Amino acid sequence: MCADHIPQTRTTRRRAIGMFLGGGVLASLASFLYPVLRFLVPPPVVDLGGDEVVAAKVGDLKPNSGGIFRFGSRPGLLILESDGTYRALSATCTHLGCTVQYRADLRQIWCPCHNGIYDLSGRNVSGPPPRPLDAFDVHLRGDEIVVSRKREA
Amino acid sequence: MLQNKRCQFAAARFAVLTGLVALAPCLGYGQAVNSCLDCHSAMPAPLGVTQDKFSQDIHAQKGLTCTSCHGGDSSSYDPTVAMGSKAGFKGKIDRRQIPDLCGSCHSNPNLMRQYDPSLRTDQLAEYHTSVHGKRLVTGDTKVAVCIDCHSVHDIRPPSDPRSTVNPVNVATTCSRCHADANYMKQYGIPTDQFAKYNTSVHHDALAVRGDLSAPTCTTCHGNHGAVPPGVDKVQNVCANCHVFQAQMYAKSTHSKVFQEEGLPGCVVCHSNHGIHMPSDAMLSTGPGGVCMRCHAPGDHCDRARASILDNLTQLDGTIKQADDALRLAESSGMEVSEARLSQDQARDALTKARVTIHSFQAALVDQDIQVGMKIAAANLKAGKDAMIERNHRRIGLGLCLVAIAIMLVGLWLYIRKLES
Amino acid sequence: MFAALYRWLDERLHLDGLIAPLRHKTVPTHRLSYWYFFGGITLFLFIVQVLTGILLLLYYRPSANEAFESVQYIMTRVQFGWLIRSIHSWSANLMIFTAFVHMFSVLFLKAYRKPREMTWVSGVLLLFLVMGFGFSGYLLPWNKLAFFATTVGTQMAGQVPIIGQPMMVFLRGGPQVTGATLTRFFGFHVAVLPGLVVVLIAIHLFLVQRQGMSVPPKVEAAWTANPSLRREMRFFPNFLLRELMAWYVAIGTLGALAALFPWNLGVKAEPFASAPAGIKPEWYFLFMYQTLKLIPSKVWIVDGEVLGILGCSLAGLFWLLLPFFESDKPARTRTWITGLGVFALVYMIVMSVYGYVAK
Repeated sequence: MCADHIPQTRTTRRRAIGMFLGGGVLASLASFLYPVLRFLVPPPVVDLGGDEVVAAKVGDLKPNSGGIFRFGSRPGLLILESDGTYRALSATCTHLGCTVQYRADLRQIWCPCHNGIYDLSGRNVSGPPPRPLDAFDVHLRGDEIVVSRKREA
Repeated sequence: MLQNKRCQFAAARFAVLTGLVALAPCLGYGQAVNSCLDCHSAMPAPLGVTQDKFSQDIHAQKGLTCTSCHGGDSSSYDPTVAMGSKAGFKGKIDRRQIPDLCGSCHSNPNLMRQYDPSLRTDQLAEYHTSVHGKRLVTGDTKVAVCIDCHSVHDIRPPSDPRSTVNPVNVATTCSRCHADANYMKQYGIPTDQFAKYNTSVHHDALAVRGDLSAPTCTTCHGNHGAVPPGVDKVQNVCANCHVFQAQMYAKSTHSKVFQEEGLPGCVVCHSNHGIHMPSDAMLSTGPGGVCMRCHAPGDHCDRARASILDNLTQLDGTIKQADDALRLAESSGMEVSEARLSQDQARDALTKARVTIHSFQAALVDQDIQVGMKIAAANLKAGKDAMIERNHRRIGLGLCLVAIAIMLVGLWLYIRKLES
Repeated sequence: MFAALYRWLDERLHLDGLIAPLRHKTVPTHRLSYWYFFGGITLFLFIVQVLTGILLLLYYRPSANEAFESVQYIMTRVQFGWLIRSIHSWSANLMIFTAFVHMFSVLFLKAYRKPREMTWVSGVLLLFLVMGFGFSGYLLPWNKLAFFATTVGTQMAGQVPIIGQPMMVFLRGGPQVTGATLTRFFGFHVAVLPGLVVVLIAIHLFLVQRQGMSVPPKVEAAWTANPSLRREMRFFPNFLLRELMAWYVAIGTLGALAALFPWNLGVKAEPFASAPAGIKPEWYFLFMYQTLKLIPSKVWIVDGEVLGILGCSLAGLFWLLLPFFESDKPARTRTWITGLGVFALVYMIVMSVYGYVAK
């Protein structure tokens, strides 16, 4: 009777080992490959948001108006002057950090918090702001208005 | 060449003469003799003025001396000549004459242009319109004249941080009289302005944060033409910086009513000198609440107040909740920097809503609140989603570890089988 | 199917000649043979680094303007990017740790003795290169901590007399740490160092395979006295299967660390801002850094930092040539090198802890 059982246990043991090994290999390889394969597929949003950004498309702004766009971690102000020139500057007021806006009536940049005024180059011309606004480079790429930081040395 | 005795002597003589010429200006030779300072620098107060002190004065640096204001003859050491009437000596200038004396130059554009063309020349005219100027004419010599604010004999330009009229020092200068209860007794005006101002948010901005654009006494009261703004003009003064609040207030019901009642606009709720950082508590019915000073509980305005306060509290609370959720997500290792930035926009919306209070219309405030709520709610969701993602990762990790465990067991069994 | 493939290749390459020695290779088994696994674990972690590194290369951008943002992108937008990046960072630290463990185990088990001197030398060189990997890789996310750690580290390299300054300028790609440094470190990290390391690993592995595993002197003595005590295990498949288990444990550990303690991103570097207080290098440089901090600024007439750097360099050189300082047949099994090894280990641990807790 013992002789009958021995081959049985050996086969079941071999099968058990095979299941563990085979199952283990499959499961572990799957759990390694699944993230890698998902990683290889590029995400839908390609923009890094650091160096340059598409602020708007041509036609989004009317002449003599401005709009806020997101640039990296801070807001930026894009202005289309009446003569067709685009300007882009940091929209964070240098006084206490409020977001500035373009005033079509004054043709200047205005901060509503404490009535600070900057000219279109960003220079602080009136009110509390102690420093000018940082200016950015603007290029047109097709119908995209691309704003980029001034090149670092 | 220098071996020759004669040449040696010539060289030595040359050296001594050169030395004397070089030394002479140090000893005062070649400079204009100033007998006034030479004697008065040795005298005790109130007659004492040292060369050291006077050299700090902008007038001295521009080439004027004692005689420019006091007359007299500064080249003579004989008191009867130096301080004689023939030399036009004026002695100590009478307080009532000081404005005119200073004005004799400072109101003369042609003269001032020679020194600093950008300086204004209307100070005297403004002074005559001020309370100080008007009272001086009636014979009250206790009021401020030029030297009380600008100091004398060491007058510095206002841009100099040590100047008594530099923005950072103006309040202290005014307080020398206006905070002295005894001195001001006869005028019947409060003397607590300086103490109150020092607790204010404007003082904090100016003296602590160093923001030179922050207001001090002269910003609202004027400096030479110093007069408290009329009760009906207060709002105009505040409006110079706080534009949005002023615009909304002007269109509101309060503006007309306050004017009719002769109430001083912004000061009614915000005080004039002790202006503290406003808080939502000002809309409450508890301590710090301003609305219930006039309004009756339960009336239409009280209900509007309650609605505004509720909305603000709700938005403030949601923003804090979102901050907490994001902080928790970050400390668990999740990346939520975008949502964190978006929180700034939510805070901006809250600030805007607090400005809109000045329209005193609950519906308008509500509009700004809703904008902020959307952003804050989205950020709160982002924080919560980050935590859910974190949990998903842990479940994924668990499954992976289970797979690895199965593999390890399988390997171990296989090894055992191989080696049995 | 594998058999058919094997036959096809064997007909063309005569694989039997290559594979046979491997089939017969054995690994001695004794009380201390668990230490044998650490070399393989270090190799496995290096392979993990190469694979995750290649994956990261698909998204990383090595310029000062974009580096930080690209790593942030990997962490937040790329599917499982957080996992790949965190595994890469954790595996780097784990690899350096296991490399040190491997080195010390070889030292204490005296496996560096003749005929294995070249294995030791190639191993120590590998250790230096691996620390170079750590130093160059640390800068790549371009965050504040890394920027200043690199500034301090390259500054110290510049203290070496005569060649120090040119060396520092070479490392930095200029007099200061700038975007040029980032590009240069990227080149070192993904091209120069991998090339050197692969060559050295090949040499190291070839030597190990050729010479077999060393046995500690005491065990060796016992087996020489009584050959029947000798125990051995077949390299293939027994040892390899056990090694595979170790590798699975390693990958499980890495996954757990990556999921439970994701690697920090930090704040983007601002070259013109001032250094934050308490800048420290990564833990594997701490013992050197703390040692340098403790040396007084002037020792006799020599500048303290220069003395420190020279001292460290000499110590490194001595460590590299360690086997040549001991005779082939030393009088005792525990020689002065063992004592030195204990001292070095304790010193490193104490200094690292000290450096960690010091302000």
